Amino acid sequence: MGLPIAKIGIVPCSGEALPAGTVCRLACRQVLDKLLPSQTVAICLPLFIAGGEEERRFATRHPTITVDGCEKRCAAKATELFSGKPVQALLIPDILRKHGIPMPARLRGFGAGEEAAVRVVAEEIVRAVDAAAAQTQTQESQHGAL
Amino acid sequence: MGETPSKQVAVLACSGIGKTWGALARETALELVERVRPGVARLICLPLLVINDTEARQAVLEHPVITLDGCPKACARKSAEALGKKVEHPLETIQFYTAHRDLKPEGVAQLNEAGLKLAQVAASELAATVDRLAAGEQT
Ligand code: SF4
Ligand code: SF4
Repeated sequence: MGLPIAKIGIVPCSGEALPAGTVCRLACRQVLDKLLPSQTVAICLPLFIAGGEEERRFATRHPTITVDGCEKRCAAKATELFSGKPVQALLIPDILRKHGIPMPARLRGFGAGEEAAVRVVAEEIVRAVDAAAAQTQTQESQHGAL
Repeated sequence: MGETPSKQVAVLACSGIGKTWGALARETALELVERVRPGVARLICLPLLVINDTEARQAVLEHPVITLDGCPKACARKSAEALGKKVEHPLETIQFYTAHRDLKPEGVAQLNEAGLKLAQVAASELAATVDRLAAGEQT
């Protein structure tokens, strides 16, 4: 109580060439816009390399959660490379497998058929944010008590 | 310039997660590779360049490249340039709107109708550029 809520950075891969990249993008936007707008902030992954000092600095000072569309794990690797280890690195194929939901087959024009995939990924991100926020608050109150 | 004609043209879109213009870059790129020039225009996940993926790096260095960026930060163009590539056709998506003021894009997760239409129009207009680049010509 009384402690400010730490912003958690969400780093989606948003991969353009795979349907999982679209799932990633839509799920992250759902979290950022609707589910946890006051607790999360989006980090543009390509800005890490295009000179985004602000992005790099944010990710070194705040917990980040990366969301990747495939085993290449671009978001997790880039975040670690340019900024710091993410508190959680989510992988969409793993999440969908866990829920028995098939990977969407198209790159865009998502509708009802793809809704479940986007929803379970968004829910998993919410769980990761809650865990990261709880951890941050515990750490802050421990430091405050010193 | 006496080079072997390229069969494919690499397309890199920034997909900016927080901006309508980034969403427009993504949609235009998808229009290009799925509808306008499938098999010739080849989409590469931009983040692969950020992690210096060997295959993506090679594709960018070996093919003519079109970049589609959502703002002057030009993440797609700069990611290619960071590999030592001089991008053949760098674009910023606001220029599509400047040319078609009747189509004002809105939305990020989902572009509005005007935004989707603008992506279609812009991609169609880029067809000739893709053809020239694929034939080994300058734009
Ligand atoms: S993790 Fe996979 S889907 Fe995402 S950007 Fe990288 S290659 Fe593309
Ligand atoms: S070019 Fe602009 S909109 Fe696109 S990813 Fe970079 S900062 Fe975001």
